[in-house]
Formats: sequence, structure tokens, C-alpha cells
Amino acid sequence: MSQTQEVVPGIKSAPKLQAEHLGVVYDRDGQSMPVLDDINLQVSDGEFICLVGPSGCGKSTLLNAMAGFLSPASGSVAIDGETVTGPDPRRILVFQERGVFPWLTVEGNIGFGLSKLPRAEREQRIAHYVKTVRLEGFENSYPSDLSGGMKQRLQVARALAVNPDILFLDEPFGALDSITRVIMRGELLRIWQAERRTILFVTHDIDEAVQLADRVVVLSSRPARIQDVLTIDIAHPRNISSPRYLELRDELLKQIGLAYEI
Amino acid sequence: MSSMIKPRTWERFFWPLIAAALLLALWHYSVVWTATKVFPSPMSVEKGIVELFHKHVLWADIEDSLRRVAIGFGLAVVIGVPLGLSLGWYPSANQVVNPVIQIVRPISPIAWIPVAIIFFGVGDRAAIFLVFLGSFFPILVACVSGVSSVPPIFRSAGRNFGLSTPQLLARVVFPAALPQILIGARLALGIAWLVVVAGEMIAVDSGLGYLVIDSRNSGKRYDLVVAAMLMIGVIGLTLDFCFRRLEKIKSVRWGFRDAS
Repeated sequence: MSQTQEVVPGIKSAPKLQAEHLGVVYDRDGQSMPVLDDINLQVSDGEFICLVGPSGCGKSTLLNAMAGFLSPASGSVAIDGETVTGPDPRRILVFQERGVFPWLTVEGNIGFGLSKLPRAEREQRIAHYVKTVRLEGFENSYPSDLSGGMKQRLQVARALAVNPDILFLDEPFGALDSITRVIMRGELLRIWQAERRTILFVTHDIDEAVQLADRVVVLSSRPARIQDVLTIDIAHPRNISSPRYLELRDELLKQIGLAYEI
Repeated sequence: MSSMIKPRTWERFFWPLIAAALLLALWHYSVVWTATKVFPSPMSVEKGIVELFHKHVLWADIEDSLRRVAIGFGLAVVIGVPLGLSLGWYPSANQVVNPVIQIVRPISPIAWIPVAIIFFGVGDRAAIFLVFLGSFFPILVACVSGVSSVPPIFRSAGRNFGLSTPQLLARVVFPAALPQILIGARLALGIAWLVVVAGEMIAVDSGLGYLVIDSRNSGKRYDLVVAAMLMIGVIGLTLDFCFRRLEKIKSVRWGFRDAS
């Protein structure tokens, strides 16, 4: 794994994930509705990709297809050269909310995917990720006693604990208030830099995309195609009032067809 | 509670006690004023309870009734929960057996008494069979609907972590449906207690139901009839109270809250 990818994104080695001519069709009342059309995307190892696009365009569908939860109508998704045929613990999907198991404690949730490990190793792994997502002191709490932000950190910890290569995040901060959302972005970047996973992150928030991503993939409205891929060439930590940041943000707003004056 | 004013601790006990005392007084004076020779007054019922305890029949009858409920209800849980989970998991299988279930379900267990006696004769097993019938269907139905209302997100998460179908059922679907299953089981336990008394009045010669009918038949001892009825009420309440404690267990408490 190259250490420079984080700063100089989009380096083309053998791609970690490759979508080729990917198409997904939903069947509704006997009528087939194309949702994704001819998606071609290459993601390098350790890269942080954000997927943005108009509401309902099929961002989540694309994520679900890449994670193996939907089978494509045409084309294919390959990870490490191996065609994706179903969900796999090597790549974990994190949901918007209510993804944690309410009947398990924080420890139980983080350890959910670790039942095959020997006890000592499992406990060590759990302790590590409790610390990574800063939930110390809440090990034995149940999700109903946690705030929305803590629940999402718990979901990320549960995903990271099984040591996946890829994290798929489906608007993970979408249900949080705006202050918590900003804090969570910082946390996610910190974790990403420490753990070095490939991340594909769906968001409807332009600022979120420019703050987090190495590259931003812009999808068109349904049936979604890739409209543009924007490289965010600002090193972390990013100054969100810098001219370059504002320039990239405006470019993205224009791509989605939004004016930057209200 | 809809009222914004919280009752003080002593009030929570004081007013119900007053209500109970008023009811007892009404009962007592109704007996006195109507000068009935048949219906017992609260005092004679109290003497009846003491008499039952002294004759040692009460404990044996309570034990018999509780044993029948425990076995019948236990069998209903052991068979109904796995079956309900499977039917909830495979809706196509559910569609096949559902019409039969829906026809058998509304038949009162009391209507099964003659059939139970043909199958098992007069005895323990007939009563247990009736209890089983009464508690099986509420548990089965609660499991099926519990499974179908498990959020798809939990199943997806479980599959993402590499669980096989049996593991998914045991580690995700069952715990996710457990609050609803407990509600069904609590209902079933209440029905089981109703059914065992009815069953014992006909299909066996021991237990609290038999005590009621026997007290009437052997000498019209209505003080003992009402004493046994009171015991049935107190034990039913205790069973329900104990079962409700299960809802406080932390791994199911989430399902019983208004929020989250």
C-alpha cells in the first residue's frame, strides 16, 4: 500500500475496486426501471471516494451493488480482480441510522463479526475499536442510551473490527444534526488516516464531499450515469475558507445544477 | 399516566386499598341485607381459605395447576418459537399453512375438551394438551409477525458479517423479534391460566379448577368455591407480574420503550 496515495490521490496502480459497464434495473409492478446505466469507475487502494448526485438518483443503489447486496442487470463489479457476487465481511456497508443492534451492548455490537476469533484476541480487538471511536466508558451501554452520533461511531467501529478492506458508507451522518455532523467528519478522517481503508461514501451534502474525499464522483439524475469525477487536490487538514476549497465547491454545485446564490 | 400531577407514594397505595375495602364492604353488606344462605360473605371466604390451607389440599392443587401450565406453556414455547421463526422467515411456507392455522386458532380450547379426553383420557395429559393448545397459537402468531417486522437493515448487516441462514436466525432475527415474541408469550401465559382452570373442571380430578367444581358438587361449599376463585386470581396476577419482569431485561428493553 502506497503511503502517498492519501495526499496525491487517484494514482493508478491495479485498482482496488472496478465497476465496468455496471447497470442496475429495478422491477416495479412488472415494469423494469433502469436505475444505473453504464457506470465505469476505478477506485485505488486506500482512496476516499464520495458519491454525490441529485436526490433519488441511485447513489445508494450504486453503493449496494458494489457491496454485493444487489446483483447488476449488466456489467460487473470486481474487487481485487475478483467479481463481486454477494455481501462479504471483507467489505462492510454502514447504514444511515438504526444499523446497530439494539439488543447488544457497545461491546457486543463491536464484537458481532468476531465470533470466530479466540476470546483474548476478540476482547483486544473490541477494546482497540472502543478506543478508536472514543466510546470508552460506554462499553456496557445499550444503543438506546447513546446519542445519534455515538450510534454512528459504534456502527463504524463494528465495521472496522472485522478488518475490512473497504468501507461503504451510505449517508452515515445524514440523520445527525449539523454540529455533530462536522465533528463526525473529523473523526472519520482521523480514523481513515490511522486505519488506511478504502472508503466509498454516499452523501447529498456538497461540503461534506469536498471536505472528505480524494475524488468526488458526480452522478446524473435517474438513470444515473457518472457525470463527472472531481479530484479534490487539497491536503488534509483542509481549510474550508481557502479559495481552492470554495472553487471546488462551486464547481460541484454547478455540476449538480444548483446556483450558489439563494 | 395522562395526568401531569404525579401521585405521592402513599397515595399510590392508599386509594387502591380504599377501593378494595369499599368493594369488600359492598360484598359483605349485600350478603347481609339479602340474607342469602347460598352466597358466602367475605368473612366466611376467609375462613374457607384458612380451612383449605389446613387441610393441605390447597398446596397440592396449586402445584398441580402450575405444573400443567408449566408443561403445556413450555411445550408451546419450545415448539411454537422455532416454528414461528421458520414460518416468518419463509413466507411461502407460511402461505401454505396459514389458512389451516387461521381456522384452528379461533376454536376455544374448551371446545377441545371432549377430543382431549378421547386422546388422553381423564388425567394430567388431557389438561396439559388443552393448555398447550391455548398458548401455542398466540406464540406462533407473535413469532411470525415478529420476524416479518424485523427491519431489513438488520438482516443486511447480519449477512454482511458473513452469517449463514441459521446463524442469522439465531443471532439477528430472533433477538430482533424477541420483544414481540415476549408480548405474545405473555398473552399466551394468561390464556394458559384461564384454560387450565376450565380444563380441570372437566378433564381431571385435581388442581384449582377441580377444587372449584368439587367444592360445589360435594356439599355446595360456596365459601370454598369463592376461596379457590380468589386463589386463582392471585396466582394469575403473580404469574403475569413475574413475566413482566422479563421485559425489564436489558437486551429486550429497547423493544418496550416508546422511543428508539
